[in-house]
Amino acid sequence: MDFLSLFTIFVLAVFVGFYVVWGVTPALHSPLLAVTNAISSVIIVGGLIAAVASKGLIDLSSTMGLIAVLLASVNIFGGFMVAQRMLAMFKKKK
Amino acid sequence: MDNTIFGFAYLLSAVLFILALKGLSSPVSARQGNIFGMIGMAIAVVTTLLLHGSGLELGNYTNIIIAVIIGGVFGAILALKISMTALPQLVAAFHSLVGLAAVFVAIGAYKNPSAFFDGGIITTGSMIEMSLGLAIGAITFSGSVIAFAKLQGLVSGNPLVFKGQHLINLIIFLAILTLIYMISVDPMNLSKEQYFWAIVGLSFLIGFLIVLPIGGADMPVVVSMLNSYSGWAACGIGFTLQNTALIITGALVGSSGAILSYIMCKGMNRSIVSVLLGGFGGDSDEAAAAASSPKGNVKRGSADDASFIMGNAQKVIIVPGYGMAVSQAQHALREMCDLLKEKGVEVKYAIHPVAGRMPGHMNVLLAEANVPYDEVFELEEINHEFSTADVAFVIGANDVTNPLAKTDPQSPIYGMPILDVEKAATTLFLKRSMASGYAGVDNDLFFRDKTMMLLGDAKQTTEEIVQALNLS
Repeated sequence: MDFLSLFTIFVLAVFVGFYVVWGVTPALHSPLLAVTNAISSVIIVGGLIAAVASKGLIDLSSTMGLIAVLLASVNIFGGFMVAQRMLAMFKKKK
Repeated sequence: MDNTIFGFAYLLSAVLFILALKGLSSPVSARQGNIFGMIGMAIAVVTTLLLHGSGLELGNYTNIIIAVIIGGVFGAILALKISMTALPQLVAAFHSLVGLAAVFVAIGAYKNPSAFFDGGIITTGSMIEMSLGLAIGAITFSGSVIAFAKLQGLVSGNPLVFKGQHLINLIIFLAILTLIYMISVDPMNLSKEQYFWAIVGLSFLIGFLIVLPIGGADMPVVVSMLNSYSGWAACGIGFTLQNTALIITGALVGSSGAILSYIMCKGMNRSIVSVLLGGFGGDSDEAAAAASSPKGNVKRGSADDASFIMGNAQKVIIVPGYGMAVSQAQHALREMCDLLKEKGVEVKYAIHPVAGRMPGHMNVLLAEANVPYDEVFELEEINHEFSTADVAFVIGANDVTNPLAKTDPQSPIYGMPILDVEKAATTLFLKRSMASGYAGVDNDLFFRDKTMMLLGDAKQTTEEIVQALNLS
């Protein structure tokens, strides 16, 4: 894809983020941090590409990729689970 | 294989991430949103493996699966074991990992261009995007490590300021930009590899230097800002990989963190620039306690007095602050409020936007103690109600109640929105000592006739009030 298309997507996504996040209730700002942290770990995609590229060989690039996969996994599982744990505590008046 | 279908899959995962954030508009829809987020992540991972991993020996997947399992188990244990008081540290630690992952991906792409770029050629444009992602990732990492160390108490929460700091930061920043320019004009020239590592090193360094001078009380801004950075780092890598899911998600997270930083700054009436320049607000107490001299008569009360006043009130508004988190008083507090409600007292909670060490910190602690979220209100929602309240019960908060913010243009906290606790018939302050808050400003509310001070540990005092309420 050419740069302009990607940049268009980027700018529109910033606007989507802007409006969606202003809609987040302040009470849930901590879970918001945890969820954004978890989804930004989609950077795992980059790690996976590096890790699978070497066709089974362990070289510098694939090792870097595997470390990135490991770090991002900590975040993905940790981020979503801690968000879930927080959200489970928010209850209405009985 | 047709690449269009993979493009759709990445789009789907980005849409699911948007829905995950959208869900957070209400506690009712938030958990479902979180599930959407998890599905989105699973789709992104599977799509990547199908797209890039075709025709592979199973052996290479084993490495990946092992990495995911090790990371996943570790992350899960952290998430389940962490105490809610330590959440800000955990979030800072998680941000550092996103930053570090971005650094490793950039190294991986730089060392093996054929896996990442058409024809194995890194273009100037790709190199700029990649090195920006690399630099922001490295800054996110080292900045978050310092933020973690400060929040965890490994490094003093006091701002660390030295002469010429801003000049040094500026020089390093310009050096990073110069290096990015120099490596990007000729990205495939391997003799320039040293520039790549210099960018990594200098970015780590400036991340440390940016966060060190920022004081403990400004941590909500720092945590939000690093959240934003982690998003922009993902964005930079997303442009490099031409991956829409990464670009969209990075942009969402980047703007989310920026908005949180803005809200936190507004809550303190400070500009993001002044926060970044640092030097404001340490761990408070000690030094300030020694310096402050009594300005009048302080009315000190006992737990019995507090229980009597609140037991006979019609309406009590609770104002929690960081002190409640430190002494873990939220459970005792909820018990106290339950007893008051049994006596027919109306109880509400008022949350200042910057109370605690991360955005929404107080809400989570109260939720942990089973306080229903519809009894918890934001500043704008509840501030007009203090004039009709019999008691404002301030537990571990100080500066966010200081009326000087409204009246004294000389005060460092002038213009900061405050909770109008002085309008309640009686104001009860639970504090460890008479010290001033993080801003180093005396709170003259302490010396007013309508104020009663309950000095001591917040949790212990609250438990004593609970006992007194039980006896009455």
